[in-house]
Amino acid sequence: MEIGYYPGCALHGSSNDYDASLRTCLRALDVHLRELDDWICCGATAAHSLNHKLAVALPARNLAIAERDGLRSLLAPCPMCSMELLKARQAIAGDARLRGEMAAVVELPVEGTTDVCNLIQVFQRVGLDTIKAAVTSPLDSLKAACYYGCLLTRPPDVVRFDDAEHPSSMETIVEALGAKTVRWNYATECCGAGMTIANDAIVLDLAHKILANAEAHGANCVVTACPMCHANLDMKQADVERHAGAAHGMVVYYLSDLVGLALGLPEQALGIDRHFVRERTGIRNQESGARRPAAPAPES
Amino acid sequence: MSHTPSAAARSAVGHDPFAHIAVRDCYQCGKCTAGCPVADRMDTVPNQIVRLVQVGRTDAAIRTRAIWDCVSCQTCTTRCPKSVDCAAVMDALRQVSFESGVAATPARRTLLFQKAFLQNVRRNGRLNELELIAVFKTTAFLGDLSVPLLFKDAMLAPKMRARGKLHLVGKKVRDRRVVDRIFARCLNPKGHAVPITEG
Repeated sequence: MEIGYYPGCALHGSSNDYDASLRTCLRALDVHLRELDDWICCGATAAHSLNHKLAVALPARNLAIAERDGLRSLLAPCPMCSMELLKARQAIAGDARLRGEMAAVVELPVEGTTDVCNLIQVFQRVGLDTIKAAVTSPLDSLKAACYYGCLLTRPPDVVRFDDAEHPSSMETIVEALGAKTVRWNYATECCGAGMTIANDAIVLDLAHKILANAEAHGANCVVTACPMCHANLDMKQADVERHAGAAHGMVVYYLSDLVGLALGLPEQALGIDRHFVRERTGIRNQESGARRPAAPAPES
Repeated sequence: MSHTPSAAARSAVGHDPFAHIAVRDCYQCGKCTAGCPVADRMDTVPNQIVRLVQVGRTDAAIRTRAIWDCVSCQTCTTRCPKSVDCAAVMDALRQVSFESGVAATPARRTLLFQKAFLQNVRRNGRLNELELIAVFKTTAFLGDLSVPLLFKDAMLAPKMRARGKLHLVGKKVRDRRVVDRIFARCLNPKGHAVPITEG
């Protein structure tokens, strides 16, 4: 299967472990990623907060490039990018006047026909049976809290994915890898996302509640499919612990990390060695857990 | 009761920023506020913000800190029984605040950050994280002389570097001039928008 790839700024920056993870994992599942040529930033929160037209135009430029290059499907593994692309696509596809205006603004014709998907949807396309058949190291000892955050399922009219209040698509995949999943309360709560730089008290509070709730429901790891969720829960976890006066030591994986590990792919190729919070002894089963000696959590 | 935003809001962004939002449908059930992850720190909670817009008090709404505390998680919009796009109300108010240069003082930092983010994208086509943080911290420091902000996350930098997560020179877009033109076309509709480089 070939699919267009819009990495977005985070995956080319501090979340390059996510980029490595999904590239390695999807390659093993015979999914070929064709990176969108000369893609630009989607504008993220800054654009939709400050200028409505820009918030449509920046994603529209990327949709136009995809259409020009014949990419019918585009994986945007960052839910923020994904949502912005889908929102722009919806607006453009349903409004001839806007299509004309945007074509002039972004200097390329744009119809809004590209299918934009998130990482979970790519795994769904690969198929649960195919993934199950490829598992060589079942993740028996994992009890995962699947964390969707805000924009994977919201707003539902835009992203049209899973159930906005009780999503289960990630659990289905994680359980197919042999892991257990927990029922918990913060699966779709926001982590504060991009507020981490300008107003990090918000992020530290929210991240603490998420990690504490996962822990209280018996999870030994959190799984995410979002670079910002991962940064706030993993990279900032030591700050969260200091801020809240509580120890978490919670390992946070990208969904593609877990699929990759179950497929027997090495941690380094998946970028797991670049995470901040390291796995504790005995969380993963013997075959995969033996790859690295136990390290104290959180980060060294 | 007026159902239209103030003329000032309209003139600030060059159009009626609430035209696509069914603000008048809100019957104040408070579900938006109940689900908001940051309502407890807001000076004016989401249903009150919607109310201010309903009665035409956008001038008061853009002065709240709440619109900049909002994390745009879309929970309010998702749960509204009347399909009022509350998150879009927050966006519209931030846009009016930005264009008219009126914002609550404690929100200044967040606004500065969003501005620096867009300037960065305009220059590079993609976000250069290090450059963004450097520019944001410098401008924020010049504004409020906050030393803690300058050093916030400083301990994180060497750890990020050790993990290959810091890029001194980011990958830029080849056709950066087209990005600049896109910004120019969006930021100055009918001459209402102020240039993004101005404070």
